[in-house]
Amino acid sequence: MIEIFGMPLSVIAGQTMLGLVNGCFYAVLSLGLALIFGLLRIVNFAHGAFFMAGAFGAWMLLRFVGIGYWWSLLLVPLLVGLVGALFERTLLSRLRGLDPIYGLLLTFGLVLVLEGGFRLLFGSSGQPYPVPNALKGTLQLGFMVLPVYRAWVIAAALAACALSWWLIERTPLGAQLRAATEKDALTQSFGINVPRLLTLTYGAGIALAAFTGVLAAPILHVNPSMGSDLVIVVFAIVVIGGMGSMFGSIVTALAIGVIEGWTKVFYSEASSTIIFVLMALVLLLRPRGLFGREGTA
Amino acid sequence: MAEALIEIDDLCAWYGPSQALHGIHLEVLRGEIVTLLGRNGAGKSTLLKSVMGIVPRRSGSIRLAGRELIDLAPHQIGRAGVAYCPDDRGIYATLTVRENLLLPPVVAAGGLSEAELMGLFPNLATRARSAGTQLSGGEQQMLAIARILRTGARVLLLDEPTEGLAPVIVDRIGELLAQLKQRGYTIVLVEQNLHFAAELADRHYLVETGRVVDEYDRAALASNMEQVAARLGV
Amino acid sequence: MKATASSNIALRAVLAMVVVALVLVPWLPQLVYPVFVMKLLCMALFACAYNLLLGFGGIMSFGHAAFFGSAAYLTGLAVKHAGLTPELGILAGALGAAVLGLVIGSLAIRRQGIYLAMITLALAQMVYFIFLQLPFTGAEDGMQQLPRGHLFGLIDLRNDTAMYYLVLVLTLGGMALIHRVVHSPFGHVVMAIREHEPRARSLGYPVERYKLMLFVLSAALSGLAGSLKALVFQLAALSDVHWHLSGDVVLMALLGGMQTVLGPAIGAAIVMGLQHYLDAFGAWVTLITGVIFMVCVMSFRGGVAGALASRFNRPAADAPTSNS
Repeated sequence: MIEIFGMPLSVIAGQTMLGLVNGCFYAVLSLGLALIFGLLRIVNFAHGAFFMAGAFGAWMLLRFVGIGYWWSLLLVPLLVGLVGALFERTLLSRLRGLDPIYGLLLTFGLVLVLEGGFRLLFGSSGQPYPVPNALKGTLQLGFMVLPVYRAWVIAAALAACALSWWLIERTPLGAQLRAATEKDALTQSFGINVPRLLTLTYGAGIALAAFTGVLAAPILHVNPSMGSDLVIVVFAIVVIGGMGSMFGSIVTALAIGVIEGWTKVFYSEASSTIIFVLMALVLLLRPRGLFGREGTA
Repeated sequence: MAEALIEIDDLCAWYGPSQALHGIHLEVLRGEIVTLLGRNGAGKSTLLKSVMGIVPRRSGSIRLAGRELIDLAPHQIGRAGVAYCPDDRGIYATLTVRENLLLPPVVAAGGLSEAELMGLFPNLATRARSAGTQLSGGEQQMLAIARILRTGARVLLLDEPTEGLAPVIVDRIGELLAQLKQRGYTIVLVEQNLHFAAELADRHYLVETGRVVDEYDRAALASNMEQVAARLGV
Repeated sequence: MKATASSNIALRAVLAMVVVALVLVPWLPQLVYPVFVMKLLCMALFACAYNLLLGFGGIMSFGHAAFFGSAAYLTGLAVKHAGLTPELGILAGALGAAVLGLVIGSLAIRRQGIYLAMITLALAQMVYFIFLQLPFTGAEDGMQQLPRGHLFGLIDLRNDTAMYYLVLVLTLGGMALIHRVVHSPFGHVVMAIREHEPRARSLGYPVERYKLMLFVLSAALSGLAGSLKALVFQLAALSDVHWHLSGDVVLMALLGGMQTVLGPAIGAAIVMGLQHYLDAFGAWVTLITGVIFMVCVMSFRGGVAGALASRFNRPAADAPTSNS
């Protein structure tokens, strides 16, 4: 058996894969966060809570309506995204132009409301969600065993990232988004309804988070606090990668996921804190972030 | 007899606590070219921005063909057929030349098509894939004008379109604007270049510290060039 | 805060009455539960210490529970495992929090605004995970049965009245210290930095050092509050380092008013009262706290926004805050 640093290759490969899966979650969430920050200048603390709502949405659809995984992948992001858009329209939009701190505070309050609400309805303990039949089982890769579902998660997440990238960089709608990010007032003067664009973008970012939640449901325990622990990690990733570039966010997230996986193999006690240590390092050496484009604040 | 297309009454505008416009009165007839003359900081750019609704705070009345614009959001004013070209040209760095050109949506029929525009401005065709800000100043100005011509808007607000451009390009722009006037466009121009303004426009308003202080038609300006130049500090 | 001479006197009178009432608490257990008041005093100190950074310094930290909780654990370690007397335990806690404040502060002030907030949140989460995993903290159960001990080896703190007066003296002392700092020359420089950082920098003030000192002070006093709370309840738990608590203290400062030294104390009273009342309803606490948070933010953006804006929308410097 091949060993690296005293660990069997299969173990390392397995953890790399798990790390990659986590990295994919981080990546799609970072993407949504960066999207929302880029256009709305809001740090959306509620991103994790909507991720959790997505997971719960899938679970509720299965439990109460009998709707399975594949339909959930479509419906849940749509429904949760709509809720997000409503939230932006009614509350968040009024904070436009103010310091981003307000957005952080408002969305922080929303997290408490969402988590408290779900905890009231379903309690604190995790709810199980079954892996869909089509994705059960494992693939034999020789040097390691790869669960089919996890391969699917990686593929789906990367596909979501690619789709988002294509939408933003290659379509007229994306051009409007980029234009509004760069010059808000001028873009409006052309007749483009920027406020509506912002609502749409927020909803889309939330839908991405909810989509990730559905992907995560069979892997993680569906519980009310699954989102906030995750979003704080994503914050750290975003500080490391810098929020200026979508590509930077994705790459950083994937890398961090893998590093976290390796840490679990070689020094498991540090695995929950390694990300923050890395963040501290980046702050010491390159405060702007690895891919950061903007200035200080 | 051309009717007034744009009527501005008692327009005031503020940037935060400081007031930039103090009760502007002016009108623009359909099919006219009108220039706003004045020193730096007189409020000419602010006036154009106020019409577009992109100043933080404004009051008064701005009517377009009788329709009140003062309460409308900027994107609604754009949709009403008014197009704006800022003095920094407003070319997006994160968009390609072609994306810049196609960004403003078509708000009315009768605008130039993409093909016609590429014909008018061949440089834009060859540089279609470059980032917008990689163009030269003159090319950016052409792009800025081209993209609003595509929209079908018939009222153009242009802020210093010839600033910093070579005389050859200035002439081209002058020809272009004259052609547009032939086609029935209504144009409000902010211009520092007095000579350019005098050749092109039907009427001129002189703006000083946020107020309209004088008005000249073509002939009046021609015979008073030196005095006006002196007032502009040119 | 502009105040006429008469309203100043009225303010002082109210303050004096509050202090007298607080002194009388142990003698009126039928009216109010001394342990509850002790917790309230600790939280009030925590909120005021937090506001030293937020309202006064214009720096929003979202991870202050790290200082509160780590002091609680350190005090627990000191009195339970090292057998130290309570005053040494409290000292250990506050000093530990100060050191943590130095570390976290020096990292956080390398950025500004929301980035700073996110960094404090992330680092506090790291502290949470560290305490979760350390063997002596007892993980979810917490460090229990902390001995209150004998103050200076003499006064038995198991007597709730003795404990109460210790808490009262230290928390009032802490708030008095905050008041002194705000009105000191140091405080004036901090205000200058908050109003217009580039100008303060160009005048030669070591801006980073001042920010860091403020951070450490805020952390130390937050730690003091945490240490006291640990002794009052004889428990140091994970909830003391959880980000929920960080959010709570932000809410206290927002609710109570950020512009005054004692405003947050009022906020603490409101939040504590609410949570106490809603405690029987379990998860409702979280939900309602969230609603109040949101209402606060939405309603404050208009009025207090002007004051807030002058604290946060400082003219941005062109260079990064950390100069090489």
